[in-house]
Amino acid sequence: MENKKTFPIKGIHCASCVNLLEDSLNKVDGVLKATVNLATEKATVMYNSEKVTDQHLSDAVSNVGYKALIAGEQQHEFDEKSEKQKELKELKIKVIASLLLGGLILWGSFPGLINTAPKILQNFWIQMILSIPVQFWAGWSFYRATVLALKHRTANMDTLVAIGTTVAFIYSVFVTILPSFVESIGIEPMAYFDTSTIIIGLILLGRYFEARAKAGTSEAIKKLIGLQAKTARIIKDGKEQDILIDMVQMGDVIRVRPGEKIPVDGIIIEGNSSIDESMVTGESIPADKTSGDIVVGATMNKTGTFTFKATKIGQETMLAQIIKLVQEAQGSKAPIQRIADIISSYFVPIVLMLAIATFVIWYVFGPEPVLLFALLNMVAVLIIACPCAMGLATPTAIMVGTGKGAEQGILIKDAESLETAHKINTVIFDKTGTLTRGQPEVTDVIVLGLVNQDELLKLAGSIEKGSEHSLAEAIVKAAEIKKLTLSRVERFQAIPGHGVEGIVDGKRIIFGNKRLMYKENINIGKSIDEISNMENNGKTVMMLAIEEKLSGLIAVADTTKESALEGILALKKLGIEAIMITGDNQRTADAIGKNLGIKRVLAEVLPDQKEAEVRKIQAEGKVVAMVGDGINDAPALAGADVGIAMGSGTDVAIEAADITLINKDLKSVAHAIVLSKKTMRTIKQNLFWAFGYNVILIPVAMGVLYPFFGIILNPIFASVAMATSSISVVANSLLLKKKNII
Amino acid sequence: MTIDKIIITTCGLLSIGFVYWFFLMKKSKAVLADGSVDVIVEGGYSPEIILIPRGKTTKINFIRKNSNSCLEEVVLGDFKIRKYLPLNQKITIELNPQKSGEFNYSCGMNMFHGKIIVKE
Repeated sequence: MENKKTFPIKGIHCASCVNLLEDSLNKVDGVLKATVNLATEKATVMYNSEKVTDQHLSDAVSNVGYKALIAGEQQHEFDEKSEKQKELKELKIKVIASLLLGGLILWGSFPGLINTAPKILQNFWIQMILSIPVQFWAGWSFYRATVLALKHRTANMDTLVAIGTTVAFIYSVFVTILPSFVESIGIEPMAYFDTSTIIIGLILLGRYFEARAKAGTSEAIKKLIGLQAKTARIIKDGKEQDILIDMVQMGDVIRVRPGEKIPVDGIIIEGNSSIDESMVTGESIPADKTSGDIVVGATMNKTGTFTFKATKIGQETMLAQIIKLVQEAQGSKAPIQRIADIISSYFVPIVLMLAIATFVIWYVFGPEPVLLFALLNMVAVLIIACPCAMGLATPTAIMVGTGKGAEQGILIKDAESLETAHKINTVIFDKTGTLTRGQPEVTDVIVLGLVNQDELLKLAGSIEKGSEHSLAEAIVKAAEIKKLTLSRVERFQAIPGHGVEGIVDGKRIIFGNKRLMYKENINIGKSIDEISNMENNGKTVMMLAIEEKLSGLIAVADTTKESALEGILALKKLGIEAIMITGDNQRTADAIGKNLGIKRVLAEVLPDQKEAEVRKIQAEGKVVAMVGDGINDAPALAGADVGIAMGSGTDVAIEAADITLINKDLKSVAHAIVLSKKTMRTIKQNLFWAFGYNVILIPVAMGVLYPFFGIILNPIFASVAMATSSISVVANSLLLKKKNII
Repeated sequence: MTIDKIIITTCGLLSIGFVYWFFLMKKSKAVLADGSVDVIVEGGYSPEIILIPRGKTTKINFIRKNSNSCLEEVVLGDFKIRKYLPLNQKITIELNPQKSGEFNYSCGMNMFHGKIIVKE
């Protein structure tokens, strides 16, 4: 099968590049003709698609040292953009021509205006000549689409417009050619060329605005695609060189200077900087990064210079994953759309049947001249029906909603998740790593005589350095932050479930919990209230005894994230109950719950029991969202009505999650729910309008108001209504962009 | 009732019957995709019904030959795919369905429809 493909080529500089590329492409077996344009930097290839694949073309280009951008996002972007521009340009010319010619005909035929029009315009023959280009040039697309659809025994809006305008046109031609015959059957010979031409002009105008508005619904994804850096500065054999982003290999070392875009995902090897990640993750505050930290491709380096090792390239980068996820969400269908789907599949044939019924009813029961009334009302029914509005109602809102979410760092897996999220009335938060940082920190260092704070921390840090307990890490880290020099420990001994002991600087040190103190007969009576107080606040208190004498207390706690409290408050404002689930003991869990204003706390829940707890709450009739890290609590996330995962690292495609918050901001849980509510409201408004429009106006066009009020619908007004109905649906979806979800 | 009205009524009823039969009673032939299938997008989808095996990758190549903006996108909602179809270009969608059943696909405006039947 013969095929034609135009694709951009990177790296063309001169006319010789063009010859080289053309030769290479023309040599491919199956390529019929290849031309390369230097100005546009694009190749156009005619080829036999049974013999030639994209890979063959790509290889032919890369063999001579260039890069073909075939079938990738950029290519699709390019095709879509250039085709849209061409389509809009053609439409614009057709709209102007048909409305201009239609306007002249209307001037020469519309009661009230006719007296001011030149005689020539009142002539039916002239009107017919003026209407022919509108009917068969501007309106050609309607005929072509109709014929092709009829071959498949299907029909669409074009079929309705083609039949409607053709009926008006043929009747008018008949009147023009045989006015006396029309008069002889009792009808005043009146042509309706104005109706057919203005209808075509207005529907094309509607299509023009609709195409422009529709482009706006996919703006977010285009913006994301546009974020991609074009080049990277790699360091090879000690030399720096700029290469195209597609050429970057895993493991390449890349240098990034201030103000430059980071090309791919990686890990900083050397240097440090402040990086603005807002464009990709939605995180508003620039992050300070240093060696060992992860950098995300397409984010902006602000101040420092650093080198990093590429760890993810191409489709693996965070940006590529986000784009894929958003594209998938935009391609999915919301359950609410099902009813529109069913109606759409029967709509046009039903309208055709109603139009025929209208003609028959007006002909049999209508007033004189029956033929004219029957024809005009049938045309009005055909023209006013708008299946497009129904087809556009849900997907345009889903596209804007998911795109808006992505801009804020809220990635929604599919339309169904977006739809379910608006019903959420309970949000269960996993504690560790979600509400809290998941890394214990030293919160209190209390001295009880003998040593000062630094000495106490130094002793604790020294003895804990050899321990593998998670709390030990926090204590050693606190000592390191204070730049304390840790001492050597002798006769170190870990006592499981209790603590540690050993000799530091010649003194016997015992460091551990209450049980250890009791075991070693160390009196903690004086500090017992202080210890209980801290424990009630969710802290784990460790006691340090020097030579069997209690000398200090060190409290360690997993601190809550900055956005946790605000996140819970935002949910409360929406009337949504927040629940915390954790494996911690009840007292620690209660303390954190109290700090965050969470009333219902599910403590001592083992990881494999979390899903069952989610199900229990669902059994109470609640619509539940589970918020977790997406790794340890995947079953609970999958079991909830909506699973929300907090993003970590550069992996965004968390399988069990319906929504992923890559901005790591807990307020976004509420934002996601608000976004869902607003999107659903838009969808419902759109569907109500699209259905309501057709349900009300089709009967009006059929003439149901005539027996009561003498009102019938002029087909020209029908075309105005039809053209505005689908634009209004798209415009309403676009309004969602302006709505505040924060 | 005059003769012309009787004729119009009869023709009208016959036309309604014809429209019903022509559009709503059509039976499309399902085409078995053996690894890959070309779907011509021109006033609808040919073939309209595609049979594909479960658990195997099948390439569906959409080639749009019609400039009608209605058909410029194809939506396979159950597979979360919405693809722009540039005119006269082959756009391949790879499916590896793990569930058998019938899955509808449509144009972006939901006016033209097709069906993918996944068989065991």
